[in-house]
Amino acid sequence: MAENKCLTLKIITPNRVFYEGEAEMVELNTSEGEIGVLPGHLPMTVIVKPGILTITEPEGEKVAALHAGFVEILPDQVTVLAEIIEWPGEIDVARAEAALERARERIHEHTSDTDLARAETALLRAMARIQAIK
Amino acid sequence: MASMRDIKRRKGSIQSTQQITKAMKLVSTVKLQRARASAENSKAYFNCMYQTVNRILKRVGSLQHRYLQSGGSGKKAVVVISSNRGLAGGYNSNIVKLVTRHEGWNKEDILIYAVGRKGKDAFVREGYEVRLDMSDVVEEPAYPDAMLLCNELLKAYADGEVGEIYLAYTSFKNTVSHIPTLLKLLPVEQEIQSEEEPEVPMNFEAEDEEALEMIIPKYVTSLIYGGLMEAVASENGARMQAMDNATSNAEEMISDLTLKYNRARQGSITQELTEIIAGAEAIS
Repeated sequence: MAENKCLTLKIITPNRVFYEGEAEMVELNTSEGEIGVLPGHLPMTVIVKPGILTITEPEGEKVAALHAGFVEILPDQVTVLAEIIEWPGEIDVARAEAALERARERIHEHTSDTDLARAETALLRAMARIQAIK
Repeated sequence: MASMRDIKRRKGSIQSTQQITKAMKLVSTVKLQRARASAENSKAYFNCMYQTVNRILKRVGSLQHRYLQSGGSGKKAVVVISSNRGLAGGYNSNIVKLVTRHEGWNKEDILIYAVGRKGKDAFVREGYEVRLDMSDVVEEPAYPDAMLLCNELLKAYADGEVGEIYLAYTSFKNTVSHIPTLLKLLPVEQEIQSEEEPEVPMNFEAEDEEALEMIIPKYVTSLIYGGLMEAVASENGARMQAMDNATSNAEEMISDLTLKYNRARQGSITQELTEIIAGAEAIS
């Protein structure tokens, strides 16, 4: 498989096909930690955690903020079923920063009835968005 | 024979109705095109989702999990997708009939989750319990709406309030054929596994059970979303067809009335002529 240096990457959302093309490497954040996928990977299904998705194409890198969904990895193909995903150009910076602030506050001053898991997801999302723009 | 004036008036009223139905047909044709395009866009996601869930189920086989076994309660939750507006032929009544005439289903065991006002009204009239009304969604279904509905359903399922969840929607085959369909959402049907030979063995980073816990809700959400998209396309298709029929019926009535009107006019001319000639003869 050494001669095949690319894998087919498909990113699908409920509304559209977000991305389709050849990539040398795909990096993303999963429930078990950040992973990078190269061609010839073991078949695997992973669950997405909010984070940056980096696509390394032969001619450069592309980033997107990926928030929810799951990924199916095959040796020569990666399919991302994304519930929410955005290109940096689609992100509202001011909104993301406000959300980050809100989530931080909520985690900081949490009481017994705060939904910590939710606040954490919100925090991760906001951070992914801001990171994607940079 | 009706008088000329009556015929003319009737013809005028039919003509204005025809104008309305024609306009409605045009509007729903445009809406149909849009709805069909977005329904097709969501197909790719749905197909991938279906394959993945299949693969997972094939792997976990007979795992004991609440999403794979029917819960204790005999109650059924039925999500019924209809429309907010009428004048769509049998679109709404067909979907309602699908549920009310289902064999072995009792009114008392069913909780309706209505999407679409027409459907909701019909179920209220029939005396069903309508648990939730999300009619606003039908105008422009979005994925978060499906997530919201799915959360409600899964909560009821987890609390043991309902044992089975169904989705009743009108599936969109093509512009002229729409089929009312009843789909079982939960527990996930086991037949789903009996498919061709197992392909690539698949690994999961998370535990099997955890993976199911995460993926099944997404699967249900995508089914609901797909159902919504197809139902909207079907609604507009059904309305387009109904309005097309109405327009051509009006056309037929108008030509019929035009004929009658011309006959009546000719009749009155002939009569006047006869009277004049008779009068002239009497004088000479």
